[in-house]
Amino acid sequence: MDTLRSLIIILMSSVLVNNYVLNRFLGICPFLGVSRKLSSATGMGVAVTFVMLVATLVTWPIQYFVLNTLGLGYLQTIVFILVIAALVQFIEILLKRFIPSLHAGLGVYLPLITTNCAVLGVTINNITDGYTFLESVVSSLGCGLGFLLAMVLFSGVRARIDNSDAPPAFRGMPVTLIAASIVSMAFFGFAGIVDALFA
Amino acid sequence: MWKDILIAAGVVALMGCFFGLLLYLTSRFFAVRRDERTENLRATLPGVNCGACGYTGCDQYAQALATGAAKTNLCIPGGSDTAKRIAELLGVKAERVEPMVAVVHCNGTCEVTENRAAYAGDNSCRAASLVYGGSVGSCTFGCLGYGDCAAACPVNAICLDNGVARVDRRVCIACGACVTTCPKGIITLIPTKALPANLCSNREIGAKVRKECKNGCIACRKCEKICPTQAITVSDDLAVIDYGKCISCGKCVEVCPVHCIHAVGQGAGE
Repeated sequence: MDTLRSLIIILMSSVLVNNYVLNRFLGICPFLGVSRKLSSATGMGVAVTFVMLVATLVTWPIQYFVLNTLGLGYLQTIVFILVIAALVQFIEILLKRFIPSLHAGLGVYLPLITTNCAVLGVTINNITDGYTFLESVVSSLGCGLGFLLAMVLFSGVRARIDNSDAPPAFRGMPVTLIAASIVSMAFFGFAGIVDALFA
Repeated sequence: MWKDILIAAGVVALMGCFFGLLLYLTSRFFAVRRDERTENLRATLPGVNCGACGYTGCDQYAQALATGAAKTNLCIPGGSDTAKRIAELLGVKAERVEPMVAVVHCNGTCEVTENRAAYAGDNSCRAASLVYGGSVGSCTFGCLGYGDCAAACPVNAICLDNGVARVDRRVCIACGACVTTCPKGIITLIPTKALPANLCSNREIGAKVRKECKNGCIACRKCEKICPTQAITVSDDLAVIDYGKCISCGKCVEVCPVHCIHAVGQGAGE
């Protein structure tokens, strides 16, 4: 029961409190680049969630069974980049072959995520936070869902921005960045809520 | 110290080799074999994904061609050249493609029309066409000038000039995106080789048209009478040209008293 509770806390906190985009400011590039349309934002969010999950499934064992046993913990970043990049390519080839419909949906986004900092951040943070394998998987699922949530929310915000009459100096990227910071401030309001919920 | 460096470098190099080999093997054994004919067909298509053929994009049209489900002359931007090459690839007889071009049937520029009201709503034709009987300008048939067609054009062939949309004939690929977008329905595709076009869509009686727009068609029937092939008929107080019969002699352009029939093309000599 205690493990289940701690898993739920990890899931909730990684979705809301430690949201990768809005609280840790990782993965800003796809957040600003692909959030113009709801459909592409959802596609990107699902693809990132998927890659985060698979990347964690692979990097956690590599960290604990390869790097730590050899005393090469400091190679974490470079090895993780290598592993994630290879993994995404591997999955893309397999998807293209066996599930073409899913590849048609995710295909455009998969190469974009190859060395996305949010994906790398999730895998490294899972190690530094000392999570067990199961906790790591749940945490990366939560981080992916948090990313998806941020993308979907922000695509709605951007639709509103496009229809509004911003001052000429702020049109385009400036007003988008300001809106992003306001959405981010809203998410800072979640700090402390999760712990209080399950206290 | 050298031992540590070598171990670290060795581990990373080994991992690199392992993943490289893995990717090589997967791409070797799980590669998707694509139909070579579809690839070649796709290469002959222009690749603008305009949808004039009726398929979602060039990829889908190429697939349909390869399976024999589509006709070879559907690609309007590509024209007869593309149709010929497609027919060669498929080993069938080429069907003719009539080159077309889009025309905005309105010449109601800012000088010749007036505004009945000041419109301050959303900056799009679709929204503007919903208020005040379809137009805040004096003519309720003509171009609204907010450029929905220009936004829909995949090749940026349409620009707004003095309140009226204009098509650049050299750029237009006749995909028909503007035709379906225009809420007033005043854009049509006409054969590129045809000379005349009636640049007016107003279907009111002559006296009323004169009050609304100085360039409007007053349905005087002069063009109808002079046309040697009876290609022009005035119906609903508007001259309509049948391009199946038109021989591009240019007599209607000369005779039109309000100059709403324009020589937009080069005529048969083109």
